[in-house]
Amino acid sequence: MSDSLPTTPQAVRQRVAVQDYRRRRKARAASITWRRRGLMTAYIVFVLLPIYWLLNMSFQSNTEILGGLTLWPQDFTLEHYTKIFTDSTWYMGYVNSMTYVLMNMAISIVVALPAAYAFSRFQFIGDKHLFFWLLTNLMAPPAVFLLPYFQLYYTVGLFDTHVAVALAHCLFNIPLAVWILEGFMSSVPKEVDEMAYIDGYSFPKFFVKIFLPMIRSGIGVTLFFLFMFSWVELLLARTLTSTNAQPIASIMTRTSTASGIDWGTLAAAGVLTILPGIVVVYFVRNHIAKGFALGRT
Amino acid sequence: MNKVRNNHAWWLILPMLLLVAFSAIIPLMTVVNYSVQDVFDPYTRFFTGTEWFQVMLNDPALQAALLRQFAFSLTILAIEVPLGIGIALIMPKQGWQASAVLILVTLPLLIPWNVVGSIWQIFTRGDIGLMGWGLRELGYGYNITRSPADAWATIVLMDVWHWTPLIALLCYSGLRAIPEAYYQAARIDRASKWAVFRFIQLPKLTNVLVIGILLRFMHSFMIYAEPFVLTGGGPGSSTTFLSQSLTTMAIGQQDLGPSAAFSLIYFLIILLVSWVFYTAIMHRQKDPTTQGER
Repeated sequence: MSDSLPTTPQAVRQRVAVQDYRRRRKARAASITWRRRGLMTAYIVFVLLPIYWLLNMSFQSNTEILGGLTLWPQDFTLEHYTKIFTDSTWYMGYVNSMTYVLMNMAISIVVALPAAYAFSRFQFIGDKHLFFWLLTNLMAPPAVFLLPYFQLYYTVGLFDTHVAVALAHCLFNIPLAVWILEGFMSSVPKEVDEMAYIDGYSFPKFFVKIFLPMIRSGIGVTLFFLFMFSWVELLLARTLTSTNAQPIASIMTRTSTASGIDWGTLAAAGVLTILPGIVVVYFVRNHIAKGFALGRT
Repeated sequence: MNKVRNNHAWWLILPMLLLVAFSAIIPLMTVVNYSVQDVFDPYTRFFTGTEWFQVMLNDPALQAALLRQFAFSLTILAIEVPLGIGIALIMPKQGWQASAVLILVTLPLLIPWNVVGSIWQIFTRGDIGLMGWGLRELGYGYNITRSPADAWATIVLMDVWHWTPLIALLCYSGLRAIPEAYYQAARIDRASKWAVFRFIQLPKLTNVLVIGILLRFMHSFMIYAEPFVLTGGGPGSSTTFLSQSLTTMAIGQQDLGPSAAFSLIYFLIILLVSWVFYTAIMHRQKDPTTQGER
């Protein structure tokens, strides 16, 4: 091979220079990659450290927690988890939370889909004002609505039911869903609609059979956001419930008693509230990359 | 997209409208109703006009809470936005690492807000928390129940931990939408890393960043559960933000009139800022000079 290459001094020098340049560039790229990995690892450690500490404490007995700082459980115990899973007042909290979150997701997505379609495809009287009004609900601080909500749901007899919380969370979740879905729907060309009508599809059939599959990842991301904001909200959920529909986050406040805080149980309950989030994020992980920009890139 | 003019579209909106109106308009009218009256009991009430609004606007405690709120919101935006962009730039783009990093980064967003407070309460305690203990071992007298500066720094750190992922994920998905051809063109031009960021990546990120900043501003302005659990608003009232002042007044002291007036002022401030953002977004979308970038 090397016989066929020119061997004049100039050509050799040039070849060496090119090889040298390539090697240096490769080395530089590698060092940049390592720096990126290092920074990324540092951030992940920052994210995980507080969570690890919670996990660590959930496996320790209360005497060990208060006895001194240990970096991992010295005598590993599941007593706090056993306590939560055997006491119905504890585990019903998770059931209650999941119930109203799922109800809210179902209600929100069903009414938001047609509304977002209308906003993305049609012009009608008051559309822009209506859209802004919707977004203002996203901005309404729950603290403002606490008292009126309590009175409203008490009057209509929904106080301390899952429906009450699900409906209350619609205040910010429906506008959010409409906003996100509108972005995704607008990125589907209108010719698709027209072709379907020419082919003789009725509106409902077109919407369900053709349109919804096209914005699948948008719906996935919307559901993710709906879950997220309903699952993490506490103020309204706590105000609108007392015993039958009490969310887990509000039951957790029981761990602080007159004799001090039951740290182990608090930590175990906290760990269990993180798990549903991990499951949800695992399912939508492939849509996040594209869908998180909410169709607005 | 040119839209068809059709008022029948209202039928598609109607179910959504009824539900949101039930949750929004009725309670808001209740608040308005309270804000102009002095309610003693269900049968005795007086019309007070704008008196509550004047009282609230002149209350020094609330003015201080408002200033703290703005300081807090601006601080976390100034930290979270650059940090979020930075993380989005270094996140791996393919392979199993990409999925793993995505899941780990998203994690803090899905933790209930008061649990976030509990996590940080445990983490920063001097006796049982890794961070509190660690800082003390290093010789710093860290104490969030005594020192307002420590409490502030901890709440800001907690918010950065909690919400930077949102900005990072928005930017990450914005970056993924940039066609490879743009980068190839930049390589041919021998563009520096900074030039690639400034003239290719940043313009593409503007839209998602506006969304991110809007969401972050709104949520930081309504922050309640995390500082409530972590510091309870203390020491003193150094970390009492607007939501907490309002809740104390409305639920704790049952001052219906003043707290309703306060609610409306609070809501109007958020509305005003958000309107500015909204107009900016809409303006960008219409502006022909930015069309080429999108």
